[in-house]
Amino acid sequence: MAVHTSQSVAKAAGDDVARGPSRGTGNPPPPSRLRRAMSVHWYAWAMVAPVVIVIGVIIGYPLVRGIYLSLTDANERNVARSIGVNELPATYSFVGVDNYVDALTGTQFLGTLGWTLVWTVSCVGITFCLGMGLANILNRRIAGRSAYRMALILPWAIPGFVSVFAWRFLYNEDRGLLNKILGGAGIDGIPWLNDPTWAKFSVIAVNVWLGVPFMMVALLGGLQSIPSEQYEAAEMDGATAWQRFRHITLPGLRPVSTTVILLSTIWTFNMFPVIFLLTRGGPGEATQILVTQAYKFSFEISPRDFAQSSTWGVLILVLLMLFAMVYRRVLRTQGDNW
Amino acid sequence: MTTATATTARHSARKPKARLRGDRSPAASVALHLTLFIASVIAVFPVLWVLLTSLKPAKFATTTDFFRETTFENYTNLIRDTEFLSWFGNSVVVAGLSTVIGVFVSATTGYAVSRFRFPGKRGLMWTLLITQMFPVAVLIVPIYNIMSSIGLLNQPAGLVITYLTISVPFCAWMMKGFFDTIPREIDESGQVDGLTPFGTFWRLILPLAKPGLAVTAFYSFITAWGEVAYASAFMVGDENLTLAGGLQKFVNQYGAQWGPMTAASVLIAIPAALVFLFAQKHLVTGMSAGAVKG
Repeated sequence: MAVHTSQSVAKAAGDDVARGPSRGTGNPPPPSRLRRAMSVHWYAWAMVAPVVIVIGVIIGYPLVRGIYLSLTDANERNVARSIGVNELPATYSFVGVDNYVDALTGTQFLGTLGWTLVWTVSCVGITFCLGMGLANILNRRIAGRSAYRMALILPWAIPGFVSVFAWRFLYNEDRGLLNKILGGAGIDGIPWLNDPTWAKFSVIAVNVWLGVPFMMVALLGGLQSIPSEQYEAAEMDGATAWQRFRHITLPGLRPVSTTVILLSTIWTFNMFPVIFLLTRGGPGEATQILVTQAYKFSFEISPRDFAQSSTWGVLILVLLMLFAMVYRRVLRTQGDNW
Repeated sequence: MTTATATTARHSARKPKARLRGDRSPAASVALHLTLFIASVIAVFPVLWVLLTSLKPAKFATTTDFFRETTFENYTNLIRDTEFLSWFGNSVVVAGLSTVIGVFVSATTGYAVSRFRFPGKRGLMWTLLITQMFPVAVLIVPIYNIMSSIGLLNQPAGLVITYLTISVPFCAWMMKGFFDTIPREIDESGQVDGLTPFGTFWRLILPLAKPGLAVTAFYSFITAWGEVAYASAFMVGDENLTLAGGLQKFVNQYGAQWGPMTAASVLIAIPAALVFLFAQKHLVTGMSAGAVKG
């Protein structure tokens, strides 16, 4: 046992092909151990090297630079740039955490964060419930099931920006189809995208429309993996449909649901195209979520405020990572080995 | 299975205490079909409406008729009078290159992370996971500044490099999921036959993972095909736009040209939708496999 430490560790690790010493089995490694690690692991390291290098260069470096920019007062007028033949050097300066203080004490960031949370929770919640309902219906034996499935998946198959323009076409206040139908029924047209409250409703509706197919297909996959013996046993015991749903379906869907809710939350929080293409954050700033507002700072206002945009970007990332950590921890305390 | 359910159904008819699965009243059937039908109409209608509108003359674009003087003039005008074909070409080049490079770069990593245990693996997996939740806002400014300083702004190459920040972590993560589904006995048999780990990967595993590679590539392509933020910020000038940027030309705050917009939408959506409907079954499998097994 003592002689074959690495062997037993590898065995404990299960069926790994390349057996090597595991981490954390004692003192900090002397050089000889480093060399031994190199000789054992160089294959794995060589195989992951391309990704590590690419990520380091095109994600790591910009990330570090973005964090640095958020600690400066960089904007369009003071970053390094070339005008014609003249190269102007960067003149922005380090201002410490001022941008973060401004963002976190001002009303704009917190206000936008509030709407972003409403947007994320309502989109994910509604999408999940609709997806769950449709998946359960589609999981029954019902005539024309595959045709329904095809039709319901269609919104996922169309590139998102195309669908958003299709909705914009329907939402058009003067000549859009929705208002024409309402007009035909004698109801006044609704300013779908021009009234703050209706615009919020409209963007959520479009995002739900876009998101339901993924939810439905994922949950349908989860439903089909629940063994039917469990339902048969419950039927023997006289469980009602609701009891079967509550005590078999929901627990059985837990692994899938936790994953899709996490993914969907992150996607919705970062959902740029829907807001940007449907309302540009308007009317006013009513539908602006954090990501689109950060984009606006750096590309739509003049002078472009790179520092503030980076600050918001970093804050968004921190919020998402906190969310993912808390989510994981909550799941783990509930006994999920995720 | 079917007969078993049928038998239980018959049992329940005799002594009804709780309604069983696959056993429902006609009213319930009607309700289910009605629900599915309404949901399908909501799902299909916006897309169908765009298709129908694209076949009407532009001046009737906002009429409520389903058909009116059906014509292809929106399509001919689109191709003749706008830069649609160059947008299409730009999108194909950018999305294609970022997919090919992304899959190529990340295939070995997906395999190594799936099979080997090595120092730094945990950190790498976390990095791959976290980079996928990067909001576009955190990288867009620094990348914009870097691209502008090395003269790659408004160049397809710059956009390809930018899209690699999305496709590389995604492809590596997804391919790990697919490699996980290939039995390890195959690796072991390769080792017994004296293949190096890379030889095993290249000659045995990669051919088996072809469907997975195809799905990964397809998904990565679609992501780049539909990307809006980077494309809108980095590409200016009519002939440099990708489709996501080009479509915005038709509908802006000054007015809307619904005729060419709908025709362009149809041309953009048809190829993507066709391939998607064939591939979608594998998409979810791969994605949830990768995510759940973590």
